[in-house]
Amino acid sequence: MTSSNGAILVLADHDNATLKPATLNAVAAASRIGSDIHVLVAGKGARAVADTAAEVAGVTRVLLADAAEYEHRLPEPVAALVLSLVPAYGHVLAAATSEGKNVMPRVAALLDVAQISDITGIVSADTFERPVYAGNAIATVQSRDPVKIITVRATAFEAAAATGGAAAVESVAAAGGGGLSKLLGQELTKSERPELTQARVVVSGGRGMQSGENFTLLEALADKLGAAVGASRAAVDAGFVPNDYQVGQTGKIVAPELYIAVGISGAIQHLAGMKDSKVIVAINKDEEAPIFQVADYGLVADLFKAVPELVAAL
Amino acid sequence: MKILVPVKRVVDYNVKIRVKADGTGVETASVKFSMNPFDEIAVEEAVRLKEAGKATEVVVVSLGPSAAQETLRTALAMGADRAILVQTDAEVQPLAVAKVLKALVDKEQPRIALLGKQAIDDDCNQTGQMLAALLGWPQGTFASKVAVGDDALTVTREIDGGLETIELTLPAVVTADLRLNEPRYASLPNIMKAKKKPFETLTPGSLGVDVTPRLTTLKVVEPPRRKAGVKVADVAALVDKLKNDARVI
Repeated sequence: MTSSNGAILVLADHDNATLKPATLNAVAAASRIGSDIHVLVAGKGARAVADTAAEVAGVTRVLLADAAEYEHRLPEPVAALVLSLVPAYGHVLAAATSEGKNVMPRVAALLDVAQISDITGIVSADTFERPVYAGNAIATVQSRDPVKIITVRATAFEAAAATGGAAAVESVAAAGGGGLSKLLGQELTKSERPELTQARVVVSGGRGMQSGENFTLLEALADKLGAAVGASRAAVDAGFVPNDYQVGQTGKIVAPELYIAVGISGAIQHLAGMKDSKVIVAINKDEEAPIFQVADYGLVADLFKAVPELVAAL
Repeated sequence: MKILVPVKRVVDYNVKIRVKADGTGVETASVKFSMNPFDEIAVEEAVRLKEAGKATEVVVVSLGPSAAQETLRTALAMGADRAILVQTDAEVQPLAVAKVLKALVDKEQPRIALLGKQAIDDDCNQTGQMLAALLGWPQGTFASKVAVGDDALTVTREIDGGLETIELTLPAVVTADLRLNEPRYASLPNIMKAKKKPFETLTPGSLGVDVTPRLTTLKVVEPPRRKAGVKVADVAALVDKLKNDARVI
C-alpha cells in the first residue's frame, strides 16, 4: 500500500472513561495528511470513549478493542494490537503523551520502520518538521518507509472539533501480547485545576520559589485565573513539586494563551517547553534572567511581594 | 545478574546550539560533548544495583565515533565494569541503535537493559522501547524508581497524570527519567582505575547490523525567534497590560 492514499490510524489516549484532549490534536494532524481517519480505542469498558471519538470532526471510523488486556494500556499488548491493524494503513499517529511515547516506538520497531517523533509540522505525506536540541533547531525529515509511525506534538496542531463527526464504531479483535507486565497501582495527582497541557493559563514556579510550601502562592494565583500550575526542572529536582508539573524539553510541552513564569531563570530546557505560549509574563528579581528575553511582559520584583499583589489585583 | 547500559555522546546540555548556515545540521565542531544526562542516570542506577548486591556486572556500550570512548570511560569511572564501543562515523538513528543493542544483548545475555529515556540531541525518545520490541521483552519507560526481585522488576513510572507502578517479568528494558537518582561525580582515583578496565571495540558490520538511516534530514533551520517584550514597572502596570493590551485576562 502507498502512503499517499492509505487511511490513517490515530491511537486514542484515554482512561477508559474519557478521551484525552491531545487525541483531538493528533486527529487534526492526521487531517493534514489525508481524509480517511480512523481512531483506535484500546481499553476495557471503553465504549463511552469510542462514542466520544466517533463524534470528533473528521473521524470516519472508530475501532474499539475492548478487552481485559487493554485495561491499563500496557505497551506490549497495545503495540501488538496496532501491529495487527497496520496492513490497512499508510500512517499511524498518536499524540506525544506519556502513552503515545511509550507505545509507538515499540510498534515502529516491530514493523522495522523509523518513528518520526513529536512532529510540529507536516510538509507532505512523507515529510515532517520536528524540533531537535530542545527546540533550538527544527529539522525537516523525510521517511521512505512504507508506513509512517508518528507522534504528534499536541500544541503544534489546533484541536479538531469535538463534535460534528458521525463515525461508525466497530469492534476489533484483541491481538495478544500481554502477560509480560502488569499494573500494580497508580498515584494520580488530584487537582480541581485544568490539565497542564490543555489549560488556557499556566502559572509556573522555579527554583526562586525556595520551597514546595511556597507553591501555595502560585496556587492562589492559579485559582484566580483558572490556571494550571507548572514548574521548571529546577523546582522538580529540588523536590518542591512532583515531576508531572514539569514544563520543558523532557517534561510537558505547553502553549497556553498566557504563561506566567515565577522565579524561573529561563534555562533553554525550560524555554523548550513553553516558548510557543501566546503571551509570556516573567516575574523574577534578577533582571538579567534569560526568561526576560522571551517574555512579553517582564516584572523585575521579589516574587513573594509581587505574587500576592497580583492575586489581590485580579 | 548482568545489566547492559547504553550511553550516547551528545552535545553538552549547556552548549548554546547554533544551526549551520547551509541548513544541514547544527555546529558540532569545537563544541563540548558529554554523556547524555539521562544515560548518566541509567549508569548510576546500574552501579547502585551492583553496589546493593542486586547485579553482578555492569556493561556499558556506545554506538558512535571513536570519541565516544571518552563517554564510555566516564561510565567506567562512575563504576561500570566493562565497556564496548561499536564504532561508526555514520549517522545512527534509534532503530539502528536498537538493532545494534539487540545484537549485543544476544551476545552478552544481560537480564536488564537500562537506558536513558531520551537523548537531548535528537529528542527522539525511542531507543529503549524499540529495543524491548526487538527482544520481545517488557518495558518500563520513564522510571523514577526501580526495585529488582528474583524474577521480576518493579518500576515506578512518570506518566502525564502522576505516577504508575508496574511489574515486569525479567528480562526487561527500563528507561530512566530524571528523578530516578542523582548521578555521582567520578573521583580522580576512579578515573585512573577506569583506564585499566576492559574495553572492547566492535563495528556494526561485525555484529551483522545494517545501520543505514531510514529518515533523511532535508534541512535544519532555526526556530522563529521570539522577541523580548517590555519590562513593566509594577504589578498594577502588569495587570493593565494583560487586560488592555494582551487581553488575556
